[in-house]
Amino acid sequence: SVCVSVFQWSLVVHEFNKYFYFLLQEIKALLALRGKPFIPDEKFKEKSPFWCLDGLSEEDIRSIMARSVCAKSAFELWGHGQTHSELRASLLSYQSENMSPFMHKDSTYRINIYTFNKTLEFTDRIKRIDALDYLPFEGTVNLKSPQHIFCLLEDYGTDPNNIPEHPNSVYFGRWLADGQRELIHSHSVKNRHFIGNTSMDAGLSFIMANHAKVKENDLVFDPFVGTGSLLVACSHFGAYVCGTDIDYNTIHGRGRSSRKNQKWRGPDENIKANLRQYGTEKTFLDVMVSDSSKSVWREAALFDAIITDPPYGIRESTRRTGSHKDITKPPDESHIPVSQAYHLSDIFTDLLNFSAHHLVMGGRLVYWLPVYRPEYCEEMVPLNPCFQLISNCEQTLSSHTSRRLITMEKIKEPEELDSLTHLADPRFSPYQGHNAFREKYFSGLNKRRGKEDNKLDFNDVQSKNASR
Amino acid sequence: MKLLTHNMLTSHVKGVTKGYPLLIKATEVKVNEVEFNPQFVSRMIPKLEWSALVQAAEELGHRQDLPGELVADYETNEEFLKKVHRILLEVEVLEGCLQCPESGREFPISRGIPNMLLNEDEA
Repeated sequence: SVCVSVFQWSLVVHEFNKYFYFLLQEIKALLALRGKPFIPDEKFKEKSPFWCLDGLSEEDIRSIMARSVCAKSAFELWGHGQTHSELRASLLSYQSENMSPFMHKDSTYRINIYTFNKTLEFTDRIKRIDALDYLPFEGTVNLKSPQHIFCLLEDYGTDPNNIPEHPNSVYFGRWLADGQRELIHSHSVKNRHFIGNTSMDAGLSFIMANHAKVKENDLVFDPFVGTGSLLVACSHFGAYVCGTDIDYNTIHGRGRSSRKNQKWRGPDENIKANLRQYGTEKTFLDVMVSDSSKSVWREAALFDAIITDPPYGIRESTRRTGSHKDITKPPDESHIPVSQAYHLSDIFTDLLNFSAHHLVMGGRLVYWLPVYRPEYCEEMVPLNPCFQLISNCEQTLSSHTSRRLITMEKIKEPEELDSLTHLADPRFSPYQGHNAFREKYFSGLNKRRGKEDNKLDFNDVQSKNASR
Repeated sequence: MKLLTHNMLTSHVKGVTKGYPLLIKATEVKVNEVEFNPQFVSRMIPKLEWSALVQAAEELGHRQDLPGELVADYETNEEFLKKVHRILLEVEVLEGCLQCPESGREFPISRGIPNMLLNEDEA
């Protein structure tokens, strides 16, 4: 079998911090989409910038790198060692028939040097390349558009204040593919047509779609759709998308703009226009004004994935229909029911029950769970007999608060009693005192944020915290 | 609102036992061209309530020659898939309402977007 190294690194530490915690689950989910297991080598450390994975073909690697926003690059590993002489011995023992198709005299190639946690002088880089002359390169060097790119990779650890003179380990391999980090920029919320105060960061949206194993021709639903950031990511991977939200103005793309220099939303600011902006309008089904606590879908396994960012009252108030406070009606609607507080515990109970009924078998539910860190324990993650917990990745927001990206997979059809099991379940207790939880949660957030700024993107706060 | 969405919706008015399918009272219907994707249409067909789809197409005057029964070889029958594609994804209700067949409750559709919110006494 071909041993492949998935090499992920970032010179921008901020980016490294923000997305790193989702990488392992992202790679596992993308491998699972191809029916492949995740088999790391015996020295595997999640925090290492170099992962050696076994049992994967070049096609497997290309397919996962065509989707991963967390991984940087991937190589077919030809040799490795703790020193350059160990690397040499390792490379000389690599099967020459595996090398020759990429090294024969009619081929063109280039050798790159990647160093992690250290910058090499140009002359040192040249020395490293010259030192590889024991490899049987017979082709011609072509720096601009070579047929094959080879890489020498050096690992100088992860502590920028303690950079060793010699690398801890060295790798050599054939470059296969880069990850999709450019999607974070090409789909940035900053340049998106229609946004709101809680629009999900583009990178995290793609990560959620990957954790959910969203694929071409899937049907994906977001019950708290907002401005549709998650639908944008899912439609990029070829899924057909729909969503609901209780907020009439958001669904219709009306009301106040979330942009600093614009007071009201323009005439075509809506989710469909967002998909059009990225060329995926054909996969837009519908959005509706609807209360997610009162399902409007007929009883059937309709969706391949449910992916959502439920409201925690951080930006958008947490509410559902049914109370008696007055609100102003939009002039063209005969009746807008007013909203009442929607307890966090109910949001999760409803979301899990709904998903149990409406996901296909094996379909995934991916959502964010807010966490008050001093009181968090793993038992707080809501469970349901119809679901298996796949992953639980933390994104720290402040010293006291974080949110956890929860991925669950449907493993059985719901039975009548399943919807009641949560009532006896202590894991829901922290979320039942909705206001108490919110107070604690926000006291943690506000310590860092200071004065509330209505036009500050929530994700800016995360970026700042993540970059600490 | 596309008819694929309509096919998946049901009335959620309190006490209603036969809330499916919702009746469509359309005042404005548009046919938008959408890129044909036979794989997606094939994947959706087993999830459809076929008779409800035929009824909805009929209500909107867009049934054309859509057969009353699902054909057996649909996965390989491109002509049939194109008809289903048109009904599911191209015919769109822009204005009108959806009506609960049992309670008569109407849910307005404006600018193509259904409003499924219930009053406090209906939920």
